[in-house]
Amino acid sequence: MATTKEITIGDVNARASELETELQGETMALNVGPSHPTTHGVLRLMMELDGDVVKKCEPVLGYLHRGDEKIAENMTYNQFVPYTDRLDYLAPLANNVAYAMAVEKLAALEVPERCQSIRVLCCELARISSHLLGVGVYGMDAGAWTVFMFTFTEREKLYTLFEELTGARFTTSYTRIGGVARDIPEGWLGRVLEFCKGVLPVLDQVDKLLTRNRIFMDRTVGVGAISKEDAIAYGITGPNLRACGVDLDLRKDKPYLGYEKYDFDVPIGTNGDCYDRYLMRAEEIRQSVRIVRQCIDQFPEGAYYAEDAKKIFAPNKAKVLTSMEELIQNFMIVTEGPQVPAGEVYFEAENPKGALGFFVVSKGGGVPYRLKIRGPSFCNLSILDKLIPGHYLTDITVILGSLDFVMGECDR
Amino acid sequence: MAKTKVLERKPLTFAEKTFIPQIIGGLKTTFGTMLKKGVTLQYPEERPVIPNNYRGVPTLVKDPNGREKCVSCQLCEFVCPPKAIRITPGEIDAEAEPDRAHVEKAPKEFDINMLRCIYCGLCQEVCPEEAIFLQDIFSLSGYSREEMVNNKAKLYELGGTLPDKHLKWDKKKAAESAGNAH
Repeated sequence: MATTKEITIGDVNARASELETELQGETMALNVGPSHPTTHGVLRLMMELDGDVVKKCEPVLGYLHRGDEKIAENMTYNQFVPYTDRLDYLAPLANNVAYAMAVEKLAALEVPERCQSIRVLCCELARISSHLLGVGVYGMDAGAWTVFMFTFTEREKLYTLFEELTGARFTTSYTRIGGVARDIPEGWLGRVLEFCKGVLPVLDQVDKLLTRNRIFMDRTVGVGAISKEDAIAYGITGPNLRACGVDLDLRKDKPYLGYEKYDFDVPIGTNGDCYDRYLMRAEEIRQSVRIVRQCIDQFPEGAYYAEDAKKIFAPNKAKVLTSMEELIQNFMIVTEGPQVPAGEVYFEAENPKGALGFFVVSKGGGVPYRLKIRGPSFCNLSILDKLIPGHYLTDITVILGSLDFVMGECDR
Repeated sequence: MAKTKVLERKPLTFAEKTFIPQIIGGLKTTFGTMLKKGVTLQYPEERPVIPNNYRGVPTLVKDPNGREKCVSCQLCEFVCPPKAIRITPGEIDAEAEPDRAHVEKAPKEFDINMLRCIYCGLCQEVCPEEAIFLQDIFSLSGYSREEMVNNKAKLYELGGTLPDKHLKWDKKKAAESAGNAH
């Protein structure tokens, strides 16, 4: 005798979703960093992997936090210059210039033309050195050692030039509020031109090795693509933003230091992927070389510091040694700091990594009341938790390399 | 508006997809570089050329007459961002230098902690006597923390004597003998 037995299946969808985790297998937690060659510093990524695919990524920052902003409140404006070297330590000269410009904006101080030209040279050479490293290390991340060797050799030459100009290879501390620490050495401009002549063939060589290389293209094309809208929403700046096709370049859009005088193009990408970011940096080096050449062609004579700013820039050394007035002034500026009026000011400069901003609040006197630093790397990294999920674990190296961040500036 | 230049992206050609042009190009680079002169500096044997005004280890200097230039004004101690300099002011020995004693001071102790120093050169820049100079020594080492603190004797030993354009004490003497001391 056949009996019918009633069974309930229940909600099929609910059952399926209950079983889904079981069907998909376990995910694995993977921790990369804080000390890992991929992360170019002390970035830590907490990831959840499904097989080889990243499901979730949470960047953990702050391992290099030194409290620069607080330190700034306890010292005069000039004393803080060496600390700006240590923000983006791959382009210290550009940081020095951005910081000095911010304080000068507050003091409504206009530096002479020669000083501006020196600063433009500094910024562009810093950009070249940063991008040379960016491209070289990126090649290494993707498995191409040779490129790194070539670009590093060129960067070494640049550092020799910096050494001659500022006295140090790495921690330049070159600018002062109202000018620069010292004038350019004799014959230095000629050596910069010589460097420019040497760097372009090396770039062509890199181009030959990487740009049409199938292995490199397979690893980078279409990987880590950021859309225009996302890039703007996450506050990405610099080459990473332009690679997405947004033509924001502060040198063109809010010209400072007389950048409007120079003829250069702003390269923009089309896809916003890792390959675009590589092309971007290579092209920016070429554009920077153009700016450097124009700058040297029309290098103005004159003073390298604002001579009329008696309460801001310390007097000439020869005068300090011989005249009482200047000696007192020297003591005043050193002990009380450059006298800057009360107020608030925000200035951002187009640095190699993006827009480096300084927000200075002053209550008058020679010490900032508050100094906020907007580190471009910090904002550029904010997209990681959106960008990385869905990529293979091996792509992480390439994506991080292509974003070209510096933790010194990210954590400050 | 910004003058932009859109980066070109061309798809790979068939030949490029076979890797062959890249391999040939890569090998060309390798052999080409093999024939070139090396760029590496064999460091401890070969030394780099240090430019003028290099910011190396800070040192104290004496003027050509062997007088200490530092008058212990402590401006460098004040400006030093990492607080590496420690100065204890002292008197000048009246018997050794009667004309300078009770007029100027000299440091009794002058310590620069090289573990703290960041070679920024602010001390040299602010010194009103041109007494402290960052010279061309760039590598230093020690077995203990105490050893890394350069005291006054060490600083003068490292600094030596630099040419002095001003020689203010000689000028003062000349002025005094000419009858217009002040």
